[in-house]
Amino acid sequence: MINISLTIRIALRAIKVNKMRSALTMLGIIIGVSAVITMVAVGSGAKQRIAEQISSVGSNLLMILSGTTTPGGVRMGMGTQPTLTFGDAQAIQRECPSVQYVAPTHGGAAQVIYGNQNWSTGITGTTPDMLYVRDWGLVSGRNFTDDDVRSAAKVCLLGKTVVDNLFGSVNPIGEVVRIKKVPFTVIGVLESKGQSPTGQDQDDVIYIPITTSQKKIFGTQFPGMVRIIMVKARSTEELSSAEKEITELLRQRHRIGPKQENDFTVRNLTQMMEAQEQSANVMTLLLGAIASVSLVVGGIGIMNIMLVSVTERTREIGIRMAVGAKTWDIRLQFIIEALTLSMIGGIIGIIFGVAVSEALSYFSGWKTLISPFSIALAFCFSAFVGVFFGFYPAYKASMLKPIEALRYE
Amino acid sequence: MALIDIRNICKTYDLGDVKVNALCGVSTVIDKGEFVAIMGPSGSGKSTFMNILGCLDTPTTGKYLLDGVDVEGLSRDDLAELRNKKIGFIFQGFNLLSRTSAIENVELPLIYAGMSSRQRRDLARQALDRVGLANRYNHLPNQLSGGQQQRVAIARALVNNAEIILADEPTGNLDTKTSVEIMELLVTLNQQSGITIILVTHEPDIALYGRRKIRFLDGSIVEDV
Ligand SMILES: Nc1ncnc2c1ncn2[C@@H]1O[C@H](COP(=O)(O)OP(=O)(O)O)[C@@H](O)[C@H]1O
Ligand SMILES: [Mg+2]
Repeated sequence: MINISLTIRIALRAIKVNKMRSALTMLGIIIGVSAVITMVAVGSGAKQRIAEQISSVGSNLLMILSGTTTPGGVRMGMGTQPTLTFGDAQAIQRECPSVQYVAPTHGGAAQVIYGNQNWSTGITGTTPDMLYVRDWGLVSGRNFTDDDVRSAAKVCLLGKTVVDNLFGSVNPIGEVVRIKKVPFTVIGVLESKGQSPTGQDQDDVIYIPITTSQKKIFGTQFPGMVRIIMVKARSTEELSSAEKEITELLRQRHRIGPKQENDFTVRNLTQMMEAQEQSANVMTLLLGAIASVSLVVGGIGIMNIMLVSVTERTREIGIRMAVGAKTWDIRLQFIIEALTLSMIGGIIGIIFGVAVSEALSYFSGWKTLISPFSIALAFCFSAFVGVFFGFYPAYKASMLKPIEALRYE
Repeated sequence: MALIDIRNICKTYDLGDVKVNALCGVSTVIDKGEFVAIMGPSGSGKSTFMNILGCLDTPTTGKYLLDGVDVEGLSRDDLAELRNKKIGFIFQGFNLLSRTSAIENVELPLIYAGMSSRQRRDLARQALDRVGLANRYNHLPNQLSGGQQQRVAIARALVNNAEIILADEPTGNLDTKTSVEIMELLVTLNQQSGITIILVTHEPDIALYGRRKIRFLDGSIVEDV
């Protein structure tokens, strides 16, 4: 068997002889590989963004809403028919073993004023556990307490967007803002969470004690009612048992008979977001697959050129056979030539693909993620394309009859 | 034991509607160290005969024993190895690899013999020195004259210590003076190294270099002296 480094030198020489042709053949692979790299980078960038958003919302979340989603008959929209109470939230915390934290909410939109600045935002009345439910920390100040809830204290936590719009560079802690003319003392500033998976600014928020919201800001004809109860399960595995426990408990508390529909809805936020993540996965796969098609087309280009090359070099093959080249000597020569073409194309394609991904995220703002894995994959794939599409021409060359090859005009 | 033992060989080309008998009932024995000139009119089967001797082609019927081995039972790769170790070819059209230097052309058989690059270089240099091309190692074929190209081909034929050199009209593309030089080189190889040389020519002057003369006509041997 002839040695590999020598065969590579022979291959490089053959490639150099037909520079233009080799370059065009490689172009197919370059486009294919860079398309794969770019598409996978875009796909995994999207996936990572969704994953970040999911973790920003909080993990293992359930959301309980008033009303029902059960189809059939005339029904009220979710959340319009207040059926959940503060007592329900406390009962869930007490009686559902799979539940870690519970935070009922009640609120609405309102204008907030500080000095001569104003800002319209969502005011959420809740309990101190909200920050644990959402895995949300404070950059400064403190959380409000159960005592604040009991006494309906006029204290608030501000999201970063609210702080930016009202205070600018002033330290908001201890300052007084007015919500619907009621003065509130700012006791804490929330960490920034960025966008939610649905594109909302999660930092555009004010948290106040739920009792304060019910009694002093958004008084309703249903005192003690809450809009939504947020629940954090102890673990991902316990999400569905938490869902079951809550449903049973609330049916019991609301005295719903066995044949009656629920007057509330339990939504598994984590599941919904994971479904989104899943769809991003599918998108990545799809983009990669589409890009791979162009790589296959590039491979066919290599095969085409190798077939031409074998025909052109029939005499050379004959000479080599006459002086003692064996079947695999000839095969290896052409396979390595195809491999060299595809690998050089692959390497250029990787560089090109990385550059395109970077440019794309720079100019369009899409997040792209180039993983070493996708680079390795593209590299191996282009090598595979070289061997796969080089084999048939190489096989054809090796099966020529020595005398016919020598006499070929 | 004879080096080459040909027994009743026929070669038929099937061209669909007609069958061409290129060789018909050829038998001969050639011993080690002989210098044979093969003559005959164009189309009489000389090249076909040489290709069979060189294991580049196989006879339709008949037996060919090379060094006592029946080549009929050998695989493609066995035949390749046989050509590599025992046989050197010289063609009318030189058949050098283009865009490949003289020394790399000469190294070719050694590559397929699996020799190290150092050894290859040394042997190829020696072979080129022997054919009088000591100062042309790195010339490309298109930078060499016809006679020089044929010398490179001879160097390639003898670099792996071939026992047999098969030369099919080696002087066909050369002028008289160069032809004489090439023939004298072959004679030297035959006399000094005992290489068996079988040479096809249709020029009577060239045939005189052979110590034995075989004449073909219509695919058969008609004279062997
Ligand atoms: N590949 C081939 N296919 C068909 N006929 C062939 C082939 N090679 C040679 N022949 C025929 O065989 C005969 C002998 O040819 P060849 O051995 O080349 O003659 P020479 O070398 O003596 O001129 C010729 O009639 C030629 O036409
Ligand atoms: Mg001939």
